[in-house]
Amino acid sequence: MGLTWVQLIWLVPLLPFLSFLTLFLTQGRLPRPLVGVLGAGSVGLAALVVGVIATEYLGAGNTAPVSVQMFQWMNVGGLNPSFGFIIDGLSITMLCVITGVGFLIHVYSTLFVLEEKDYSRFFTYMNLFVSAMIILVLADNLLLLYLGWEGVGVCSYLLIGYWYEDASNGRAARKAFIVTRIGDGFMALGMLLLFTHLGTLEISAVTTAAAATFQTGDTIPTIAALLLLGGACGKSAQLPLQTWLPDAMAGPTPVSALIHAATMVTAGVYLIARMHDLFLLAPVAQLAVAFVGLLTLLVAAGTALTQNDIKRILAYSTISQIGYMFLALGVGAWSAAIFHLMTHAFFKALLFLGAGYVVYSLHHEHDIRQMGGLARRLPIGFASFLIGSAALAALPMTSGFFSKDEILLAAYEHGEWGGLLWAGGALGAFLTALYSFRLVFIVFLGPTRTEPSAPAGWLMGGPLLVLCVLSLVGGFIDPPAALVLPASPPGHDAVMQWVTPAIPIVGVVLAWFLFSSRSFSFGDFATGPGGALRRFLYSHWAMDWLYDRTIVRPYYWLARINRSDAVDYVYAATAGITRVGSSALALTQSGQLRWYAGTMVGGLVIFVAILLGIL
Amino acid sequence: MMEAVVVPMEHGLLLAGFLFVIGLLGVMARRNVIFILMSLEIMLNACGLAFIVAGSAHGEADGQVMFMIILTIAAAEVVVGLGLVLQARRRFRTLDIDQASQLGG
Repeated sequence: MGLTWVQLIWLVPLLPFLSFLTLFLTQGRLPRPLVGVLGAGSVGLAALVVGVIATEYLGAGNTAPVSVQMFQWMNVGGLNPSFGFIIDGLSITMLCVITGVGFLIHVYSTLFVLEEKDYSRFFTYMNLFVSAMIILVLADNLLLLYLGWEGVGVCSYLLIGYWYEDASNGRAARKAFIVTRIGDGFMALGMLLLFTHLGTLEISAVTTAAAATFQTGDTIPTIAALLLLGGACGKSAQLPLQTWLPDAMAGPTPVSALIHAATMVTAGVYLIARMHDLFLLAPVAQLAVAFVGLLTLLVAAGTALTQNDIKRILAYSTISQIGYMFLALGVGAWSAAIFHLMTHAFFKALLFLGAGYVVYSLHHEHDIRQMGGLARRLPIGFASFLIGSAALAALPMTSGFFSKDEILLAAYEHGEWGGLLWAGGALGAFLTALYSFRLVFIVFLGPTRTEPSAPAGWLMGGPLLVLCVLSLVGGFIDPPAALVLPASPPGHDAVMQWVTPAIPIVGVVLAWFLFSSRSFSFGDFATGPGGALRRFLYSHWAMDWLYDRTIVRPYYWLARINRSDAVDYVYAATAGITRVGSSALALTQSGQLRWYAGTMVGGLVIFVAILLGIL
Repeated sequence: MMEAVVVPMEHGLLLAGFLFVIGLLGVMARRNVIFILMSLEIMLNACGLAFIVAGSAHGEADGQVMFMIILTIAAAEVVVGLGLVLQARRRFRTLDIDQASQLGG
């Protein structure tokens, strides 16, 4: 059996990249419809190729990974990474999410950013992003993965700062870039450590060599895994590097949907899942993954409860949901993590695009205090928010239910920490239901506060409906990632199977009760009962404040005192002494002939006196 | 027969030194260009006297040769110097050397 299409895997990153090159080289001179067709069409074609490849690969019934080598990238001092792609269940799952959801978001964008003067620039960056993201998940060695990893980081920076004329957007973009760069630094160190000890960066070789070289619990794999976890925390906005993601909402909404919800921020989850053999050798690091996820999901869910910006609520919910994925990875439910990654991509893209749909009709109003009663005016928006929030809250029979349920049950089965991890996750699930339905009720029910314009066209409505369907039935898709990942811990507790699904329902009922009794008041937000707690949660547990005081300001201070560089003093002093000496010597050139004669005589007298030994 | 009176060399050299210092002080103190030139002449003649005294004390003719050279140089110097004085007088309308200080830095 020949896997003819699989060999054409290079088409998948190449198609968006060619579109990027075309748009980049024409610099916005193409007519808008053509730009839209190129931008969305190239991703659509890539999705088509992925579909064919996935059908062929999975249809062949062969679960062994297929490696497609393009060319030798470099060969320096024993480091010889190739430009090679790996096709297995995990990368195919990721590819389907990236190109499929990516295509829907691109179609949506063709209308959403139509009014912008830099229409072409938007699709230039988006195509480059898709291309880099595909390289990230297809890479068969860590260096190529890192190339894609940095590529998506750059595109994220460029797209957050898309509306660069507003200085605060530029600040948000820089914050995102710098904070993720801290994580990337950890990841680079982890890669170097692995290369030093194992002599290769090819992923399959690293896992076999690591298993052969190290014992479970050794120091080196633990440190390497923790460093990789640091990289994943930066990219996936996990504690303590999560502060950039809410600010990243400064970018256009489709960017938030594609990069900061569905694909790029889940790269950390992919990285840990891809390197799962390494993490199995380092139980401490794996437990750290679980606790990072648990803390993040609780912290972010608490903050989401108090936010008023529709996109910031979704941003915090994204952080929280990725926390669930980390929790799943940490308790060894690898495929549940990837499953949740996939369903999350569906329903979070749906929620973000739905938010964009609402915001578009309200003339870019982001504040939910100005919204209300939109259910009848924007039925598609209401439907997408209802379905998306139901999936986000993991109400039974939605896609999010299947994945989150699996994670919570797996967490319960985790040896000594099972009870704690389950309780934290369940509390998070309760909070998730509460804040997501608080958002739905406030925006779509109650009195109308802002009159919406006519709903956006079908280029925006269509992708929403497709994502609605995916968010509903996505839980029945069995992602082929399970083929390459170790099985989740077996045996589900009978009681827990009934308790876990009930938790979000309690949250939704409580949200309805609070909404109908008008307890979601905004007036006494900061001063009413519990105001201090609300202010604390609103400020994201004062973490931005903390980082500002402990890192940003000292750094500015250092930069300020370094502005007059100590080394510069040496050169400045040389120049100063020369200048002073020059002006002093210039005084002696008076033009007075008798003065010259006098000094000559004086000099001569001194010289002769020295010669005679008097002086 | 009268005994020849020999002037000791030290006396001659001291006289030459005095003359030289007088000339030097004149160069430094006088502001009139003509007087500066005259002081220079005194200095040159002081040098010539020193050569003559030294040559006679050692009984050699070299001192007298050097004096002839100094005389020649002095003549040439006066020619050039007076020419310059005439030019300076014409340009600055004064003989005060302190007024001619355009090259001051």
